[in-house]
Amino acid sequence: MRRHAISAVAFAASAFAATVPVAAQETVYSQVERGRYVLITGNCQGCHTAPGEEPFAGGRGLQTPFGTIYTPNITFEPETGLGRWSRDDFWRAMHEGMAPDGSRLYPAFPYPHFSKMPRAEVDALYDYLATLPRVKKEKPENELPWPLSWRASLAGWQWMFFDPGVFEPNPEKSDQWNRGAYLVEGPAHCGGCHTEKNVAGADKESRHLMGGQLENWAAPDIRAGPNGGLADWSEDDIVEFLETGRNAHTAAFSIMSEVIEYSTQHMAKDDLRAIATYLKDMEGEERSVPAEPGEAVMEAGTAIYFDSCSACHASDGSGVPRFFAPLAGSGKVNGEDPTTVIRVILEGARAVPTKAHPSPLTMPAFNWKLTDEQVAAVATYVRSSWGNRGSPVSASDVADLRQRLADGLGPDR
Amino acid sequence: MARKLPPVDVVLVGFGWTGAILAQELTEDGLEVLAIERGAWRDTPTHFPTTVAQDELRWYWRKEMFQSTARETLTFRNNRSQTALPMRRWGSFLPGEGVGGGGVHWNGQTWRFLPSDFVAASHNVERYGPMRPGMTVQDYGVTYDELEPHFDRFEKLCGIGGKAGNLNGETLVGGNPFEGPRSAEYPNPPMHMTFAQHRFEAAAKELGLNPFPGPSANMSQPYVNPLGCQLGPCTYCGFCEKYGCGNYSKASAQTTILPVLMKKPNFTLKVHNEVLRVKLDSTGRRATGVIHVDQNGEEYEQPADLVILCAYQLSNTRLMMLSGIGEIYNPSTGEGLVGKNYCYQVMSGADVFFDDKYTNEFVGAGALGMCVDEYNGDNFDHSGLGFIGGGYIACWTTHNRPIERQRTPEGTPGWGSAWKKAVVENFRKSTGVGAHGASMAYANNYLDLDPTYTDVYGRPLMRMTYDFTPNDRAMAAFLTERVREIAERMGGREIKVSPREGPYDSMPYQTTHNTGGTIMGSEPANSVVNRYLQSWEVSNLFVMGAGVFPQNAGYNPTGAVAALAYWAADAIRTQYLRSPGPLVQA
Repeated sequence: MRRHAISAVAFAASAFAATVPVAAQETVYSQVERGRYVLITGNCQGCHTAPGEEPFAGGRGLQTPFGTIYTPNITFEPETGLGRWSRDDFWRAMHEGMAPDGSRLYPAFPYPHFSKMPRAEVDALYDYLATLPRVKKEKPENELPWPLSWRASLAGWQWMFFDPGVFEPNPEKSDQWNRGAYLVEGPAHCGGCHTEKNVAGADKESRHLMGGQLENWAAPDIRAGPNGGLADWSEDDIVEFLETGRNAHTAAFSIMSEVIEYSTQHMAKDDLRAIATYLKDMEGEERSVPAEPGEAVMEAGTAIYFDSCSACHASDGSGVPRFFAPLAGSGKVNGEDPTTVIRVILEGARAVPTKAHPSPLTMPAFNWKLTDEQVAAVATYVRSSWGNRGSPVSASDVADLRQRLADGLGPDR
Repeated sequence: MARKLPPVDVVLVGFGWTGAILAQELTEDGLEVLAIERGAWRDTPTHFPTTVAQDELRWYWRKEMFQSTARETLTFRNNRSQTALPMRRWGSFLPGEGVGGGGVHWNGQTWRFLPSDFVAASHNVERYGPMRPGMTVQDYGVTYDELEPHFDRFEKLCGIGGKAGNLNGETLVGGNPFEGPRSAEYPNPPMHMTFAQHRFEAAAKELGLNPFPGPSANMSQPYVNPLGCQLGPCTYCGFCEKYGCGNYSKASAQTTILPVLMKKPNFTLKVHNEVLRVKLDSTGRRATGVIHVDQNGEEYEQPADLVILCAYQLSNTRLMMLSGIGEIYNPSTGEGLVGKNYCYQVMSGADVFFDDKYTNEFVGAGALGMCVDEYNGDNFDHSGLGFIGGGYIACWTTHNRPIERQRTPEGTPGWGSAWKKAVVENFRKSTGVGAHGASMAYANNYLDLDPTYTDVYGRPLMRMTYDFTPNDRAMAAFLTERVREIAERMGGREIKVSPREGPYDSMPYQTTHNTGGTIMGSEPANSVVNRYLQSWEVSNLFVMGAGVFPQNAGYNPTGAVAALAYWAADAIRTQYLRSPGPLVQA
């Protein structure tokens, strides 16, 4: 062979070793490695990478109810990235939501969560980011209406909704619980999606982790204590889901698939267990009894379900756990907000491929095949069968979502 | 002038089953591997999700699943006195195209050949005396025992469901007692059988035969293979052969290898690029790479240290011819080896019609069946029968696709209201028993280049000269009688036997089990590739696929094709990479 197998392996190994510590001459490996792990817990890659482009060079458009905000380049390229930022600049952004020039950052960058991270963690993250390949890439202009496009308007927002401060452990709880609380409320910023927002886009404190909506997805209630959305999940179920993207109850897709792909599947198992411990300690709210679906709708829904769905999801909604998501008891099917179940029927869904489960098992789209009435009927059927207790879905719910998806708009525009 | 591209370690021509296996194996050694596929990228959710997979008109009748005959086909004739004409529409066989190749649209019947199949020449000559005139059967040059671990690997990759009949030499009840010793049970249990299989099983037992479940690549239960890839349980929808599976239930490159392979940084796949020829150096003894062309007609030279042909048997044979590697077989002189020993298979069967029993064969799967192997290979005494080889007999319930299948009893007119009435009456109350007969090589069945017709690039088409042989006819007549014996005992009102008679007809679908043309063997004088599928002539060229079969056995070939691919990959990894050059000294 021109290049022998052995030398090809050796080349790959040396190339890998070279990319890690090269730009961090003044920092020790352990510090960079700590920063790499911080980055994993925060899933920085998810938002700071445009689809199909260089990682961490930003440019991904985040759809918010207010308009599209583009993420910045966080490589240390000096012109377009963080190359000229000092450690203090970086700390201020993470902890106070403030840019080096003193302007305020949009909370699409979840600094209300990152503010809970201690300085040492943030510094380690800075040291790791400094080692990434530098990519020159300008950030597109945000698409926000005035006065939101005027950053000074954020001062009021911060004054009303943001209270900087590093996480303080609860001495009454175990170390594991506190580690979980730190991760969930801090770097992992779970509330970014899973907590409902107020009209100003800030978390509704009373609805903490009880489910939210973003980019036309309903993020489920992830409280795992009694009455919570994940009440039926054990700690092991939560750990398995975060580590492999699947468990006996469901499979991850859409935005959560990024979280698992870039973040949780790489996290230490102890940390995943800590997250599970914390979530299991959060009680949910008792749900009101939903309206009874009409008989004709259920009849139509049953027929469509048996025709189009039961081959994978099984006639009793039990699915094939870890292959094809069970629908009976599913938090996504069952949630108060039916957005996700409607959307999955319309567009299909792809289970995230992970190290543990590399197959991207995918449900096909039915938007070309089923009418609004048919989607509503089958969504109603799965939400009110096999012990599920979701409210009925109307054809106009389906039509609205279809329209929003076609327009590419967020829910409130 | 072809644009020269940066070199790679290995270039694979074609990306179906063998391409995916070789890519997965060789990238494990850190080699930089490039696969070039002339067809399109295809994956389950985009190209054959459950919402479109079962479209009979589109995939089969309009041939969307197969190679485009408008760009390239082959010419056919039964014998050398005829003028071959192009097949403008596929019929008797269906070459695949695109990522996954024919492995996307196979049934999933996944066999191991018998130990005696690999030594068909020496074994039969020893037992029955000299071969008949004109027969060119020979040994594979590799034995069942050598291939056993590789059969086992493929079965585990695919999650084959079945029942062992010979586990490490111990005969197990319920399996195939004639199979070679296997080192492990099948990774999955057999599929769930239907009414028709139960009737077949009872009839076979009455005759003193040993029925066993057909080995199936349609999942009998959810399965995770050794690479971590997930296959879903089969839903028995009856759309396997000629269709992609939307439920991830049929083993294919897509379901078993690609989720892992496509993520590897040292693997690259190039689709919509057709390899025109293998490029040789001035000595003609070393491949320097391949010449390929993209959709815009741009030509490229892709240098590589190792070239592996992984296309379909017909395409591999033709590429060897178009690249000037080895001499093309000439039946008049017996000279040349490329294109020699083209073989096929001989199918015959019987339909069984019931009065009051529902077979409901729309509940089916590609490899849902019960089989008997008493009449295959040399599992029975052929003395005085006038043929060698045989075939398995099975009751497969693969489908009841309504455009394709309308079983009607003997004497039913071919059209009109009487035909319609018979179709309706029998659609849910009939089944079939089939013989899957071997095909022995003869000097006058072969492949070469057509003198007249060319493909879209102006290259000569492959010419196929083929007819059933005296051995085939005697064997098929014998097997058809065995089919009749079983079918008659299945409790139906009547049966209709369909023997294989007359000359080979290239139009009605029979089977896509074309073999030979680049046969393997013990020495350069009798074969194109050695026992490791390495070209005798060009040692950095390997040829995969059923083209290496010296003759075809009485089984579906994919299991053997894949085992040989693993066997060759193992030889490359453990021997060739250490010391590139011929692995067998001529």
